[in-house]
Amino acid sequence: MKGRVLERAVHGAFLALGLVTVGCVLLITVYLIVSGLPAIREIGLWEFLFGDTWASTAAEPKFGILPFLLTSVYGMAGAMVIGVPVGFFTAVYLSKAAPKPVKTVVEHMVSLLAGIPSVVYGLVGMLVLVPWVRSTFHVPDGAGLLVAILVLAVMILPSIIKVSVTALEAVPREYEDGSLALGATAAETWFRVSVPAAKSGIAAAVVLGVGRAIGEATAVMMVAGNAPNLPGLFQSVRFLTTAIVSEMAYSGGLQRQALFSIALVLYLFILLINATLNFFLKRDKEG
Amino acid sequence: MNPILTSHDLCLWYGQTQALKNISLDIPERSITALIGPSGCGKSTFLKTLNRMNDLIPGVKITGEVRYRGEDIYAPGQDVSALRREVGMVFQKPNPFPMSIYDNVAYGPRTHRVKGRAKLDEIVEQALRGAAIWDEVKDRLRKNALGLSGGQQQRLCIARALAVEPKVLLMDEPTSALDPISTSRVEELALELKERYTIVIVTHNMQQALRISDRTAFFLLGELVEAGATEDVFSQPRDKRTEDYITGRFG
Amino acid sequence: MRKAKDALRMGAMGLSTLFTCTLAVALMGYVLAKGLPQLSWALLTTAPSYLEDTVGILPDILNTLYLILTAVVIVLPLGVGAAVYLNEYATNKKLVSVIEYAAETLSGIPSIIYGLVGMLVFSNLLGSCLLAGALTLVVMNLPTILRTTQESLKTVPQSYREGAFGLGAGKWRVIRTVVLPGCVDGVVTGCILSVGRMLGETAALLYTAGFAHTLNGFFSGMSSSGATLSVALYVYAKEPGPGRQEAAFAIAAILLLLTLGIDLAAVLVKRQFQRRHL
Repeated sequence: MKGRVLERAVHGAFLALGLVTVGCVLLITVYLIVSGLPAIREIGLWEFLFGDTWASTAAEPKFGILPFLLTSVYGMAGAMVIGVPVGFFTAVYLSKAAPKPVKTVVEHMVSLLAGIPSVVYGLVGMLVLVPWVRSTFHVPDGAGLLVAILVLAVMILPSIIKVSVTALEAVPREYEDGSLALGATAAETWFRVSVPAAKSGIAAAVVLGVGRAIGEATAVMMVAGNAPNLPGLFQSVRFLTTAIVSEMAYSGGLQRQALFSIALVLYLFILLINATLNFFLKRDKEG
Repeated sequence: MNPILTSHDLCLWYGQTQALKNISLDIPERSITALIGPSGCGKSTFLKTLNRMNDLIPGVKITGEVRYRGEDIYAPGQDVSALRREVGMVFQKPNPFPMSIYDNVAYGPRTHRVKGRAKLDEIVEQALRGAAIWDEVKDRLRKNALGLSGGQQQRLCIARALAVEPKVLLMDEPTSALDPISTSRVEELALELKERYTIVIVTHNMQQALRISDRTAFFLLGELVEAGATEDVFSQPRDKRTEDYITGRFG
Repeated sequence: MRKAKDALRMGAMGLSTLFTCTLAVALMGYVLAKGLPQLSWALLTTAPSYLEDTVGILPDILNTLYLILTAVVIVLPLGVGAAVYLNEYATNKKLVSVIEYAAETLSGIPSIIYGLVGMLVFSNLLGSCLLAGALTLVVMNLPTILRTTQESLKTVPQSYREGAFGLGAGKWRVIRTVVLPGCVDGVVTGCILSVGRMLGETAALLYTAGFAHTLNGFFSGMSSSGATLSVALYVYAKEPGPGRQEAAFAIAAILLLLTLGIDLAAVLVKRQFQRRHL
């Protein structure tokens, strides 16, 4: 009898631990909505999302986050344009063509890249890429969208490679053998059979990269210049993430509330990306 | 002979599919009962109802009753742990835990709160002797059990089951994963054990049933077709289906 | 025609891989070359002083240790417990998918959002201090521990559980004695991954743990504002003044070496456990 009471208690305890995760998500969601809505209500949704001026400390403050929204989207897109092809081809090489020792070494390097903290990426971007852009393109300040794109492209590379490799390696050997037996070359087989068979997984890798690029704050903060301009390749810009970081320390009142609203917008973006990711992952699992 | 286990009108469903249909069977004490029949006939399922191992599978529903020493083991409030202490089990594939040989055998006694080094040492030795494996492992009791051969692992699992001093031992095709020599050792062991224990064994091997069992029950498609003394079942089956099966016409 | 296409494909693959590798090597080389020479005994063993205008990172090292230790101690039981619930107890499929979906959502949330909510919840409650930072990191790393443990639990053979149940063991005893020892590798892997993430985290810590560089003991440290190595790097990189950039590079080098170490540890753990399973 005592045993059964214990078993019940233990079961209950584990259930509670399992629910902590759900609790955390609810907590985050509720907090963001509660603290993010007031400013949107005061500023007006349209004005907030599509206002093209952010002047939070002006005598007549303006809270339009269009510059941040566009910067985040452009920055992400730019990073994808560079990162996805490089990551994709590397993944195909690693999963199909690379000899075992090469594969081991390269995979270590990739997981090393994945492990490097974003501040370190930021530091190198700040001290290497920013001066480089300044002198190469003869602009007054190198810090801006272009460097942010380059840094983000490098940062999303490891996750794209890793997830794609996993997907490509899961393609059954028989598919490839079938294609080879029909006289296709190895490279043709990889790109015409293996890649299409792994397309959901590769799509998931890309979406994961999108999430990373949209969500990164620290490294971007260090290289993007941080002026609330509409995006241009050599403009000093603010992303959604860095808009929050750069003013949080000294903000108050409506300005502070507006920062929470930005966080809410960012959160919704991420939820959307997660849902897409899940869609692809699930499809990948079902084959 | 007194039946130690009886099932009456036992039915079992996995979700929508009925796996056992109105099984009524008496299992006499200190004897070996063999359950035979083709794959999927319900013999293993039936075996597992005898110590409620089916509880672990979600979606299982059971009607009818199983009585151990006259007590309904499916009655609400029954202590499953106590039941499994009385009715032990040996599985198809040897499944020693990834611990030392000693800890494997001591697992059951420790579960049932046996304490004290000397006492445990004694139980472990007795159990290993009982399973005819003591001489092979006595010098390496602290070694990992996964290092033993398949046959040794199975006898270790039998020792592990014996260590909680059960009255009944359920064996689910205990030799199907073993080579012929290991098989005959386990069979000899079963014959010795029936002096003190009641054994119910599921087997695919007709010869094995004939060699070691006192009584045989033939299952087909979830039904108990026929049960009786092994000699009778094999030499003069009452049911045509039994005859077809043991003469190898299907199965 | 086919040959040209093949060559193009092979070329793209080779170049991409080469690019990735060069990048990794160049990054490592650059940071180590700039950072290692800056590492000095004085830097590692002193606190920064504004009076003498010197930089020292001992407080940041200690803060990092305190923070990671606390966060791991808290997140382990939470993550492992949740994984055990999902794999061993849960029978309701809907509940399982809700919990798993929640975990996936958590792992996709950017750290700046954790930082913000951590600030709203934990720092409002406790003030800006290492403990608030640690709790924020706990929530962030919960899904990692949960996932690695869960994957590892799935590899514990069902026959172990059956064997233990067959001997009359209760569920909790089965889990404690047979299931949990079998998933140690997953727990350890999860820990290593989490420590790596915590080590490199900045955005979630800026407004929860703060960025002071005061030398503290464990308990006073947990209750006061403090920068970890990564946060200190961020602050120094943006702060003008003598020795700041050098300190930033020194920290970057330390972080890289630790990252290398963590990578190695993960590999060793994997190998160790693979051998044991054979």
